[in-house]
Amino acid sequence: MTQFLQYTLQGLAAGGFYALAALGLAVIFGVLGVVNFSHGACYMLGAMISALLLQHFGLGFWPALVIVPVIMFVIGVLVERLLVQWLLKLDPLYNFLLTFGLTLLTVDIMKRQFGVSSLKYEVPAGLTGRVSFGSVDLSVYQMFAAAFAVLVCLAVWMILTKTRVGMIVRAATEDPERSRALGINVARWVTPVFGFGIALAGLSGVLAAPYRAINADMGTNFIIILFAIVVIGGLGSILGAVVAGFLVGLVEAYGQGYYGQLSQVLIFVLMAAVVLIRPAGLFGREEAA
Amino acid sequence: MSAQLTDTARVQTAASSGPERRVNPFLRAGLLLLALLVVLALPWYIYPPVAMDILAWGLFAISVDLLLGFTGLLSFGHAAFWGMSAYTTGYIATQAGVPFYVAVLGGAVAAMVIAVPTGYLAVRRTGIYFAMVTLAFAQMLYFIANQASAITGGENGLQGIPKTFFGIDQVETDSFYFYYAALPLILLGAFIAWRTVSSPFGRVLLAIRDNPARARALGYDVERYKIMVFVISAGIAGLAGGVFSVSHGFASLQELAWQTSGKVVLITVLGGIGTLWGGPLGAAVVVLLEDQLASSGFEGIGIITGSIFILIVLLFRKGIWGTVADLVTRLRSRGGRNA
Repeated sequence: MTQFLQYTLQGLAAGGFYALAALGLAVIFGVLGVVNFSHGACYMLGAMISALLLQHFGLGFWPALVIVPVIMFVIGVLVERLLVQWLLKLDPLYNFLLTFGLTLLTVDIMKRQFGVSSLKYEVPAGLTGRVSFGSVDLSVYQMFAAAFAVLVCLAVWMILTKTRVGMIVRAATEDPERSRALGINVARWVTPVFGFGIALAGLSGVLAAPYRAINADMGTNFIIILFAIVVIGGLGSILGAVVAGFLVGLVEAYGQGYYGQLSQVLIFVLMAAVVLIRPAGLFGREEAA
Repeated sequence: MSAQLTDTARVQTAASSGPERRVNPFLRAGLLLLALLVVLALPWYIYPPVAMDILAWGLFAISVDLLLGFTGLLSFGHAAFWGMSAYTTGYIATQAGVPFYVAVLGGAVAAMVIAVPTGYLAVRRTGIYFAMVTLAFAQMLYFIANQASAITGGENGLQGIPKTFFGIDQVETDSFYFYYAALPLILLGAFIAWRTVSSPFGRVLLAIRDNPARARALGYDVERYKIMVFVISAGIAGLAGGVFSVSHGFASLQELAWQTSGKVVLITVLGGIGTLWGGPLGAAVVVLLEDQLASSGFEGIGIITGSIFILIVLLFRKGIWGTVADLVTRLRSRGGRNA
């Protein structure tokens, strides 16, 4: 039982990173129809920039939590304006390939610049150590990361459901044609939404920085798991991305705890099962053939 | 916008750029002869193992093009079949001591075997979903191979794969002769791809690519056709991967990594989607470029290949073959007008 609780917390913390990043992926896909391969690279950039902020400017975790998403937003806007927008009218495969090329480029630039060894980062003061509840011993930072991710997901959810901007974005996600017909300028929201999605990936990277190894390759595996998550949740479904993110985090943690190294395979078994039983994903709608 | 996969938004293949081009049979025979001559002459001008790499990657790209250009499916997990065959070939060659032909064919069969369940699941989704599902399955195989270190050697990979060839010493030790010994396997793969494309089966694939709903309405079992071409493509990728691992004498996890899947798609797009010819062309460019960069001590090949990828996707979506073919057509029609 003790172990189970520990694994659950680990799973929720890891799931938090996944959910945040997958949320970004889902929003971008929903509004732009782009599957952003570079999402893992953006997660890596988020963590790298946090480490560099600390190293060069002495800016710690808390400022990074604000600054990094802003930087990533700007990067996202630039990428959309300079590259992605030219391919929006074509088959989505082209932007998939474009962002794949961008990933190769980014990862190798970072590798050339900072080598392959990990950058240093520390758990912020006040969140170090562990707390015990009876026989259960939990890391404070993991609890914080899990709670923070849940809060951000909730906040995004509130923005999407309760505000006018959110309503427009949701409408554009669900049915761009009809939104346009109702007089909503969908194109106006394309760039900020792309930036916002990238910012979420960056935020996920900041959260991961204190307890993951920070190097150019940290997004390599991450992006594949993100893809599995959005396939499980249903691509373009915002709720699906979040739920599947936490689900995959939990599966990974239980797998690591109980089955050792095969945990990564479990994620893909889960994905295979979903594709087999519900091809559109847990929360996705059936697409027309 | 997510549902915008209409026929205008379809992947731009070089072949789909206009009304079907009628190729003069003499021209075609001449081109074929020229290609054969180039392939035969290659190891005289290029370091033979590098020449072998060009052919292996070229065939690998052909297998991807068979899906992407002729069926409209982007597999982003083809490393699974290339790598599966690389390992199986290596395993058979080291354990059984049979000629490498047998080992490579065994590898190709193994690739086809795992392609059946993968294809069965993947064809339930189309477009970008297909890419993501195939990618995820390839990654699953990567993790399994990493874990099954008793067979695969884990991080070290399978080393010391012999080039056993009926006791003919030159082939077994000299990469120059090995090139010619392995050539028939590559040609076999290319021939299978060409036969597939130009058969009635291939015409059905084109129909599925261009309009799956109509193909279904005409009574074709679209999913079954897709699975079949997926398995054929996996077999061709397997031939390429097997030759590659025998040529290098080892099979490593790199063969299964998603970067390998990405590289072969890059080669295919660079060469020209929907051409088959493009694959070897793209492979020649990418392999020679990487060889040059590696020998000049440049680190960060991804900076170059990534930039190439971005450029061709933005500007030259028809690839080398498609762009050249367009130019030739344009020049010819201008010449015709002047005459």
